Amino acid sequence: MSRFFADARLVAAKDLRIEARSRVLLNQVAPFALLVLVLFGFALDADQRTLRAFAPGLFWVAVLFCALLAIQRSVSVEQADGALTGLRLSGMSPAALFVGKASAVFVQLVVLEVLLTAGIIVLYGSEVEQPLLVVATGLLAAVAVACTGTLYGALASGLGVRETLLPILLLPVLAPVLIGATRAFDDALGNAAVDGWAWLGLLAVFAVVATAGGALAHGALVDE
Amino acid sequence: MVELNAAVALLGRFPALTGVDLRIEAGETILLQGPNGAGKTTLLRLCAGLLAPESGTVTVLGHDLTAGSERRAVRRRVALLGHSTGLYEDLTVAENVRFWARAAGLDAELSVERVVGALQRLGLDDGLLDLPVHRLSAGQRRRTSLAALVVRRPELWLLDEPHAGLDQAGRSVVDKLIGDAVAAGGTVVVSSHELERVRTLSPRVVTLAGGAVHRDTSP
Amino acid sequence: MTETMETTDTTGSRGSRLLGVVTLLGLATLLLFAFALTEPDVRLHPTTGQEIGQFDAVRLLYLHVPLAVFTYVAFVLCAVASAGYLVKRTAWFDTMAYAAAEVGTVFCGLVLVTGSIWGRPVWNTWWEWGDVRLMTTLVLFLMFTGYLALRRATVDPRASARRGAVVALVAVLDLPIVNRSVEWWENRTLHQKSTLGELKIQDLTLFTLMLGFLVLGLVLAWLLLHRFRVGWLEREDAGHGVATAIAERRADIDEGDVDAAVGEGA
Repeated sequence: MSRFFADARLVAAKDLRIEARSRVLLNQVAPFALLVLVLFGFALDADQRTLRAFAPGLFWVAVLFCALLAIQRSVSVEQADGALTGLRLSGMSPAALFVGKASAVFVQLVVLEVLLTAGIIVLYGSEVEQPLLVVATGLLAAVAVACTGTLYGALASGLGVRETLLPILLLPVLAPVLIGATRAFDDALGNAAVDGWAWLGLLAVFAVVATAGGALAHGALVDE
Repeated sequence: MVELNAAVALLGRFPALTGVDLRIEAGETILLQGPNGAGKTTLLRLCAGLLAPESGTVTVLGHDLTAGSERRAVRRRVALLGHSTGLYEDLTVAENVRFWARAAGLDAELSVERVVGALQRLGLDDGLLDLPVHRLSAGQRRRTSLAALVVRRPELWLLDEPHAGLDQAGRSVVDKLIGDAVAAGGTVVVSSHELERVRTLSPRVVTLAGGAVHRDTSP
Repeated sequence: MTETMETTDTTGSRGSRLLGVVTLLGLATLLLFAFALTEPDVRLHPTTGQEIGQFDAVRLLYLHVPLAVFTYVAFVLCAVASAGYLVKRTAWFDTMAYAAAEVGTVFCGLVLVTGSIWGRPVWNTWWEWGDVRLMTTLVLFLMFTGYLALRRATVDPRASARRGAVVALVAVLDLPIVNRSVEWWENRTLHQKSTLGELKIQDLTLFTLMLGFLVLGLVLAWLLLHRFRVGWLEREDAGHGVATAIAERRADIDEGDVDAAVGEGA
């Protein structure tokens, strides 16, 4: 068991170190996230009241778009020079590899969410009324997206059509996360009188199922 | 050590191996040769437990590789040097070698010691250790990749064209490495187009053609 | 295996041809009942005396409702076969899963189309965002579109089977969560009170609906049977192809080429 967590930590640390060196997230994905927010502003006629009303939904759509990029990157790191073969030969358990890869994506998503939160506050004039709910929603949704995304990244890996296939495979599955996280934010940002904490329960269920299911299914995908 | 009987392996639907019969004893060194597309790479990957045989039997280090769990078990005990080097571009040489050592389950203390030793044996001077892999030449990359394998001290070496892309000094290093592995009691299978070079290392030459053993000579 | 190769140049057999004839006759009968013999849904408003109801649109329900039920049957079948594949790793389960997914996706598309056409006059909209079943079915349709895209994009048959099985299981596991989230999301549905319950269940209406279930069940079985056999033949053909390819590859070895390639005999 300690080997399991040691391996997971090793893989996560490796991915985060690669990100720290290559700065793909910081130099490419983060500006893209802000760009998406700005584009929504153009599309919705730059009316701040409208933007503020839609901020939770726009926020989570932007997170999903950026998550796609982060997951593509996470897959391509292993594909670029056949590192995945090396990982298979190392005898590391596929579940540990899954937890490691997903953890690294999770950390990156949290960073993006912080950035986007600042974005909607500055650009859309949103106000955080319940910070705790915002944090809890952000963390649970990031777990759900990172785990589902890592599993689906492995599904589409090694295919020539990976870039185009991943969104159509992944986004429908994440529909409940989008709905749940948006509604929770509606409450937390004071946009609508809904019970955000109830939605958090749904996100928690999704996150738990995605983590356990992903760790189990990853073996079937990575092992040959 | 390694025994294949009528082993067939598919790549997608293409029969890369069409029925290989081969027996390799412990401590033996064999040279695998044959025209491009003869199935050398697939044979090495099959022995490493990365592929499931479609039919026939493959036994490596006592593991019957028709079973998935056995394929997983054998992977830890072999070293496969493939065409791609399996290195992370953005990490340094030392970080890469250390990562692969720890991924193979070696503890941190031991791995540092072995990493340094392995890199020195491969003639990678200290100045290279902290360079990111994307700054290396093809030959340096291959040596780094070999260093990551040396650290694991495998029982069976499967080297797919280890000389490719190396200069004379690099080729000598590879030869010395193979010699060391044999001296340490390891079994080595090398595929190479460098016939003369490997002949001095190994008396047994297996020629593959059409996905099967065409000739097996031990002069 | 070789003796069956000679006879299976078609996916039909006596049994399946009979099933096909019965299915097609049944479909014709169903259409006759649904679009001609049954009455349109017209009722008088109890107080105003106006004509209300679904009018002719109700006829689509004789197709829509059974289609919807059998869509879910097909997808559950796909998930069960996928789970079977992951456990047993046999071609039968994989072929069945793929067949069920493909037929299920066609059924699912028809459910959405018939539902949308029906909804225009009755709900006064082509699309109702807040409706739970509508949204769930749409997400399901999209997930299985992805499934089919993935299977077509994966060349290696074993990888295709394994990856497909994971996607199918995820889709079916995800379904209750999608359903729950949409239900809470808008907390309203136009679907809820089974609209059929409001109908005057005349003998003919009920009969036509039951006929719809029977006939579309037969359609599903018939399509599945043939799709399964196509998948099976494809596999056998591929297996046969491998045997031929092995023989060709071994026969094709040219002594001179080998020597030239390895630098001997020159």
